[in-house]
Amino acid sequence: MTRELPQDPMIRRLIQQAKQANLSRRTVLQGAGIGAAALTLAACAPGAASKPTPAVDKSATDKTLYWANWAAYLDEDPNNKGKYPTLDAFEKQTGIKVTYSVDVDDNNTYYGKVKGQLALGQDIGADTVCLTDWMVSRLISLGYVQEFDRSKIPNAKNLTPALQNPDFDKGRTKSLPWQGGFAGICWNKEKVPGGLKSVADLWDPSLKGRVGVLSEMRDTIGLIMMQQGVDISSNWGADKFHNAIDEFKKQVDNGQIRNIKGNAYLEDLKSEDTLAAICWSGDITVINAEAGDKWEFAIPTAGGTLWNDNFVIPIGSKKKANAETLINYYYEPEVAATVAAWVNYITPVVGAKEAMLAIDPALADNQLIFPSEQTLANTKIFRTLKPSEESEFGAAFQAVLLGS
Amino acid sequence: MAFAAFATETAKEQTPRRGGKIALLLLVPGLLYLGLFFLVPLFSLVFTSLQAPSGVNFGQFEAAFKIENYAVFGQYSEQILRSFLYAVLATVFALLFSYPLAYFIGVKARPWPLLQNLMLVLVIAPFFISFLLRTIAWKSMLSDESPFVTGLKAISLLAPDAHITGTPFAVVFGLTYNFIPFMTLPLYASLERLDTRYLEAGSDLYAKPFTTFRTVTIPLSMPGIVSGVLLTFIPAAGDYVNASREFLGGTGTAMIGNVIESNFLLSNNYPAAAALSIILMLAILVIVLVYVRVSGTKDLL
Repeated sequence: MTRELPQDPMIRRLIQQAKQANLSRRTVLQGAGIGAAALTLAACAPGAASKPTPAVDKSATDKTLYWANWAAYLDEDPNNKGKYPTLDAFEKQTGIKVTYSVDVDDNNTYYGKVKGQLALGQDIGADTVCLTDWMVSRLISLGYVQEFDRSKIPNAKNLTPALQNPDFDKGRTKSLPWQGGFAGICWNKEKVPGGLKSVADLWDPSLKGRVGVLSEMRDTIGLIMMQQGVDISSNWGADKFHNAIDEFKKQVDNGQIRNIKGNAYLEDLKSEDTLAAICWSGDITVINAEAGDKWEFAIPTAGGTLWNDNFVIPIGSKKKANAETLINYYYEPEVAATVAAWVNYITPVVGAKEAMLAIDPALADNQLIFPSEQTLANTKIFRTLKPSEESEFGAAFQAVLLGS
Repeated sequence: MAFAAFATETAKEQTPRRGGKIALLLLVPGLLYLGLFFLVPLFSLVFTSLQAPSGVNFGQFEAAFKIENYAVFGQYSEQILRSFLYAVLATVFALLFSYPLAYFIGVKARPWPLLQNLMLVLVIAPFFISFLLRTIAWKSMLSDESPFVTGLKAISLLAPDAHITGTPFAVVFGLTYNFIPFMTLPLYASLERLDTRYLEAGSDLYAKPFTTFRTVTIPLSMPGIVSGVLLTFIPAAGDYVNASREFLGGTGTAMIGNVIESNFLLSNNYPAAAALSIILMLAILVIVLVYVRVSGTKDLL
């Protein structure tokens, strides 16, 4: 630092001043550094182990509710976008003002957004949110959701027996199914007149660069594994998963797969960037209604995946009772039938089929809403993963998405 | 060098004040800010990068000294190199586009202050709209069925099955577009002070216009070039919006920012993400130091 000082008297003086202040500045910096290190250690020390506690319920005085959900997942007024008839009826009936928001595009991205607040027991904005089985399982095991007061949800007795005791929530004390569905394949009927039968048909050279797949690992890899002859609900080993990843990576690397997305894949279908896709059953009915009858859905011959999305009440929500009132409402068979008639997903409510006969008898036989034993036999639930598997498989899947 | 412009003016005598305490007091907010928002996160990042999985639940980690976490560098070296390549390309293109623009606004348009201000507003105006929205807009303008792409295909400038979105071209284009104002403004600031009498002197001494430009204009605007390059290159190397699959990128264009985002938000592999962030910071630091040394403008820092 023994440089010659510049000639300019003003600058010269400034530099001299700065040099004099140097010592004290360094001391201050050191002090700040030590303080920062102490702060960091303090921040790191506790945490992870302790589970957050539920927020105090203010539903009695605050008649509002924020419901976060996936796209194309609630009956919408065809003439008035953003108006939801069943929800309007609920608001009139109960006086609870509901903000319905399409916030969830993908389980992982949604979880990534809110997990920090959940871990601290803070309000994430949403008072109830519908997420997929495996994610709900994670939320429950981490203590990130509130326990229902089942006396406030009497209609939960209508829950179909098959879904009453899943391994992640025996007796359904913290989650209740919203809708279920299949992942399968769909195609643009105008551009692909021949249609598709299996996942292997998606890899046809004529569709190069026009295929979309879901960023939901269990659906995309699940379908590929089924195509490879693996029963995804059985206790398969890591080699079976990696075989499917290899096939997936091959199709991404050679440009057959154009994009890998969450619910936003519907935009690509509409803009015709993709002509065929791995997709969710009900969505196709919805975009057919929105953008002209152009797409068709099928469960691949080798089998499709079956999943459920469930209502949960995040740990920081102050409107638990309001959320329970809402869940109770959607478990009325007539309401459930109205929603199912629009979203075309499997409703978990017993009695909805009878109610559907009054709304639209043709839909009571729709395999996407009321699947028969035969249809269900051709679909499987992706088995529950151990935490170590979830990290390993998740990383392998994300690595393909990043092109490595 | 920048002081040369003031050489003719006499430096005003200022009464120096010996206010050590006041100076320190004035430094406190800045130091607190630096401590809270730079040092603490930095320490926390270093700690996170050394954590090991606790094994009980998915996405939970405990304090450890697992230096092996830094081995992710090998797994994602391709994305790291790609980030710097894209960032360098974007910086070069931004400089090529911005220099004439800044020169026009700062030098040629001097007789018309109104035009000068209007053009400056046009440079800054995109900032009034969200960065994300502008990128989304480009995505739809460059999508397969857009008039631009179908037009290019109609005149056979683009193969019938080619795409623009999801290609390196789209990503570099997006980076260049989004960071051009960061290049233009510092260039304008230094060119605006360019004393045109030096240029006249150059031509009086029989220098060709290009020689004058090379030996007079460029050296005088060097501070602007250096700060513009730094302001463009650093954020561009870490950018994760343009290269994201939701925006202009595809699976083959992931940059280091996308890898970090994916590890943080999707895989919940915080140690790997933190290690990559630190690697990125160090790499940028080294590149910037080398650059500053080579361009010989140490005084700027």
